Amino acid sequence: MTPDELLDAYAEMVLIRRTEKAAHDLFMSGLVKGTTHLAAGHEAVAVGASAALHPDDYVFATYRGHHHALARGATPEECLAELMSRSTGLCQAKGGSMHLTKASKGMLGSYAIVGAHLPMAAGAAWSAKLRGSGQVAVAFFGDGATNIGAFHEALNLAAVWSLPVLFVCENNLYMEYTPIEAVTAVPNPAADRAAGYNMPAEIIDGNDVVVVWETVARAAERARKGDGPTLIEAQTYRHFGHSRADPAKYRPADEVERWMKHDPLDVARARLEALGVSPDTIAERDRRAAATVDAAIAAAKNAPEPEPAMAFTDVWADGGAAWRT
Amino acid sequence: MADVKFTYRDAVAEGIAREMRRDPSVVCLGEDIGAAEGVFKTTVGLFKEFGPGRVWDTPISEQAIVGAAMGAAMTGMRPVAEIMFSDFLACCWDYLANEIPKARYMTGGQVTVPLVVRTANGGGLGFGAQHSQAVENWALAVPGLKIVAPSNPADVVGLMAAAIRSDDPVVFFEHKALLAGSGPRPPDDHVVELGQAAVAREGTDVTVVALASTVPLSLKAAEQLAGEGISVEVIDLRCLIPLDMRTVLRSLERTSRLVVVEENPYQGGWGGTVVSVVADEGFELLDAPIKRVAGANVPLPFADSLEAEVIPTVDKVTEAIRRLTAY
Ligand SMILES: Cc1ncc(C[n+]2csc(CCOP(=O)(O)OP(=O)(O)O)c2C)c(N)n1
Repeated sequence: MTPDELLDAYAEMVLIRRTEKAAHDLFMSGLVKGTTHLAAGHEAVAVGASAALHPDDYVFATYRGHHHALARGATPEECLAELMSRSTGLCQAKGGSMHLTKASKGMLGSYAIVGAHLPMAAGAAWSAKLRGSGQVAVAFFGDGATNIGAFHEALNLAAVWSLPVLFVCENNLYMEYTPIEAVTAVPNPAADRAAGYNMPAEIIDGNDVVVVWETVARAAERARKGDGPTLIEAQTYRHFGHSRADPAKYRPADEVERWMKHDPLDVARARLEALGVSPDTIAERDRRAAATVDAAIAAAKNAPEPEPAMAFTDVWADGGAAWRT
Repeated sequence: MADVKFTYRDAVAEGIAREMRRDPSVVCLGEDIGAAEGVFKTTVGLFKEFGPGRVWDTPISEQAIVGAAMGAAMTGMRPVAEIMFSDFLACCWDYLANEIPKARYMTGGQVTVPLVVRTANGGGLGFGAQHSQAVENWALAVPGLKIVAPSNPADVVGLMAAAIRSDDPVVFFEHKALLAGSGPRPPDDHVVELGQAAVAREGTDVTVVALASTVPLSLKAAEQLAGEGISVEVIDLRCLIPLDMRTVLRSLERTSRLVVVEENPYQGGWGGTVVSVVADEGFELLDAPIKRVAGANVPLPFADSLEAEVIPTVDKVTEAIRRLTAY
């Protein structure tokens, strides 16, 4: 990454962190209902990977997908509007926090059934291969997903069909409240399974945006050459609990402290300073991100709720919901 | 070739082949569908004609098959996925219940999923409880899926064309007990629009609403009853979603009596939906109670004699019709 690219990546991570803080605050003030799964702490995975992908590559994420949607080009305003059930929301308020999707930017959805989207990503990669388009598909998922059948079916299919797909595990050490090591037969829940599918795997520092970028770029290159899928286990940590209801009391204090000191924003800032980028330049990007998110909050708050008739649109491709002729 | 028998199983392969010739984005995937030509021989000739680039053999991975079909459908292809026996849909039910039918809705219309999941459905061949179920009612419980279940070879071809061309996801139930049956080969570019029921036999005394395997069954019952002076109209629904209730209600205007014949279990069967619409919108058309002849609420037993005990038979249908005409 050039200093400018790294600066952009840093700014993108700050924008995501700020948007997630807004989501948290809006939830606390009763303006976001349901639940949110914040990805604060995971930003480097989404931003590093997005920087390494082409604009027309495909991305599939989980219910913890705010960072992927934003990194892929969804705006803070449309994301916050979606969370606040506004008609200007990314999915016209029919998706919500767990389903952020921006198909026009290759962000093909956030899926709330653990592991379900891994076969879909394999399918999108299969489609790219059939069309000879040179596109790559990426599935981001949690460590918990590695124990579900769809993970194994997707890896095997991707390997035997040599598909241009990247499986990127955000290993944050916990599924909901249970440490992943307590329920998994191998120490590295994703990477240790790769050998069973004859697939190359890498374990990386998922909090270093440069490392993520380099790894994903290499794997994507491999995939585009026709050399098949790669499994990447990015080690990271979530700053908050699993979802809004969870204060994350189950995590040892020293573990939390250790990871908080390895915040992806700090890691990137240190890299920028080492490259000679001035603190003022960095602060300027911080300010811009803050202003963008403040404006997004205001705009989303002022947007109208969806018309009730919207409940009956878009079941079918003709735009409607008629089940009888 | 007019004298060569055109079977229901030929019609499946022919229907797919016609669409694959027409549209290069149509691709097939499933277990043993390639060189082996399908365990039910419903993909005969496809691998030979279209090759491994368009007809893909998969591992035994029902989630991967339907999940990959979904991903491909979202990105410009029109996949036709085979799930060998419809019972196995349970292994990938997440995709049919949670993923495929909701993607368009919950993204506010951003994503379209034009795929077909084909599967061999129903009893009658003595495969036992885990390979014999009629499960079209499973799909009926999920808003967002179109459901096709043809009863004859010409409809297989015509409905396959409509299903593959549909921009919506379609579950296509091929009935195992009908595979060997034959009928006329439909003309080129034969398309049967989804959601158009057919009047398989005209009659004036009783309307029988049937689907797939229960259509020939009901026609046989109608034939028998004609000898007793009872005139039976048989409606072949062809699709459950979209559901053509107009044709049913119009028929009841003439007959005023309704029997619904479905192979899936009575509990939660599609007949319940047909009957509830008639009760809601056509109550005045009726001169008698409605009868449902349906599968019993038990797993399907193995022995022929036991199976006949629990799924609809010609005798059960004639009996229901006689009782209604005598009411
Ligand atoms: C099939 C399925 N089972 C259970 C759940 C409930 N659930 C939601 S998130 C979650 C934990 C997933 O953990 P992980 O895959 O590590 O992802 P993370 O939340 O850490 O990003 C569980 C069990 C679900 N959504 N889907």
